[in-house]
Amino acid sequence: MRTLLARLKERFALGPITEQRPDLAFVTVERETLRPLLRHLRDAEGFTHLVLLTAVDWIEEGLFQLTWLVHDRRRARDIGLRVMVARDAPVMDAVHDLWPTAATYQRELKEMFGIDFPGSPRIDEEFILEGWVDIPPYRRDFDTLKFSEETFEHRAGRGTTDPATHMREHLGIQGGSK
Amino acid sequence: MTAGADVLAATDPRPPIDLSSGKYLKLWQGPQHPGITGNMSIELTVCGDEVVEGKTHVGYLHRGFEKLMERRTFIQVFPIVCRVCVPEPDFNEYCYAAAIEELAGIEVPERARWIRTLILEMGRINSYLMYLGGQAGAFGLGVIGQWTTHVRDLMLDRFEEMTGARIYHMFILPGGVRDGLPDGFDRRMAETLREIERTMADVENVMFHNAVFKKRTRGVGVIPVDLVDTYGITGPNARAAGLPNDVRKDHPYLVYPELRFEPVIGHESDMYARADVRRRDLLVSIDLIRQILARMPRSGPTMSRLPNVLHWKIPRGETYVRGECSRGEYGYYVVTDGSGYPRRINVRGPSYTHAMALLEHLIPGTNISDVAALMVSLHTYPPEIER
Repeated sequence: MRTLLARLKERFALGPITEQRPDLAFVTVERETLRPLLRHLRDAEGFTHLVLLTAVDWIEEGLFQLTWLVHDRRRARDIGLRVMVARDAPVMDAVHDLWPTAATYQRELKEMFGIDFPGSPRIDEEFILEGWVDIPPYRRDFDTLKFSEETFEHRAGRGTTDPATHMREHLGIQGGSK
Repeated sequence: MTAGADVLAATDPRPPIDLSSGKYLKLWQGPQHPGITGNMSIELTVCGDEVVEGKTHVGYLHRGFEKLMERRTFIQVFPIVCRVCVPEPDFNEYCYAAAIEELAGIEVPERARWIRTLILEMGRINSYLMYLGGQAGAFGLGVIGQWTTHVRDLMLDRFEEMTGARIYHMFILPGGVRDGLPDGFDRRMAETLREIERTMADVENVMFHNAVFKKRTRGVGVIPVDLVDTYGITGPNARAAGLPNDVRKDHPYLVYPELRFEPVIGHESDMYARADVRRRDLLVSIDLIRQILARMPRSGPTMSRLPNVLHWKIPRGETYVRGECSRGEYGYYVVTDGSGYPRRINVRGPSYTHAMALLEHLIPGTNISDVAALMVSLHTYPPEIER
């Protein structure tokens, strides 16, 4: 892995590197480096398999971290490429021409995080959600509990399922937390 | 438009579909359909009996697992992860536990590593048994599903006596496993394995030697070998194309390096080859369980000494941990930020690629009656897509 990283450093501008395991490293790169680097890893270094593409919301820093994890089957090693994009202008270049499966990930990220990948197939079609009008739900500032309380009503006549209450009222057993 | 979209548009050989021409019909297969694995639907465009386009639609059982995990402490995440995949939940427990152990620097006792391997192989057998019933059912061989459900129930009995639960075991915790094996487990497991072997011999005769099954599956749904990496295909779907890809061998974990086995491969890469790889892989799992029970340590701790689970804080970091489940590569990408909650957990199930991009690629040109069997032959579970 270290030899590979040294080779990559000679050709590309790499940011911080995390060598997590001998067979797994994460590298931060700029947006414009990503596509050439992914293409180089695929065509010249044997990383033929896109394992996943996902996002991490660093809301405190105003950034989304996008991670492309690619796998070299022959040498049994993985490299994760990280690109930080601004939360207030979340746009990234699509890579489905390198790996067709990326289109599904890109579509999901558009819906769940609001990160756009212009030109990606069916990118504006609903993926999992239907008729969603709130902010993208996987962002950290989307509060699931608040959304549920505001969107759904409590069903009238529903009994408690609290174990201590049930024991006290139905079994005559005192104790528990109440 | 990006360069990528240009390339795709330029290489798509299919003629444009003009729905107003009267030649085409739109059909929905699923989400309630005997040939659909799980709650998912395929929007088919057919021309006569031939399907010219298939678009996948998911979202029928999205419960926001990954979001829910971010709101819970590391130990509270544990009962959620197994629910991502009903037929084979243990890989979620293992991958999550292994990722937490790596990020937190937790060692796992030797005995726990053997028991974890045992559980994963038991789960693999159950998953294959469900698949075989579904694959045979797609061709009207309903009796196969009855047989495999019977023996799967026997394996669920073994799970129940070991873990206390039949489906969601919640037995593989960060740091080890909850307990050792109960008294008499080996003898009862040996009986169960013999019963499964007897059933598998019947399945081979009735399903794999069946003229209708062979005629309907051979040469159908072929995955060209050069698509394996392009589409991120893993597990039996890749091995049926002749590639010996198996995470248990390529990235050895738990005690697999100490066990004797070879990845099962096929060559034709059609529906029959995929079914046959899974049948033979099931027999390998039976052999692996026998090896494990013969060699595993019978004493020693099953759990590391850990600090109070309610107060865990894991340093900032990220990792990806994978395992070979019955459908291919299963992985967890976990990001921590130094707090008592995970920053992000992303579940990478094999169905994410197999049931979406790959299925959409394979559907055009198939006969409408083969679509259900084709989907089953990829062995997909929609919850892995929606998580």
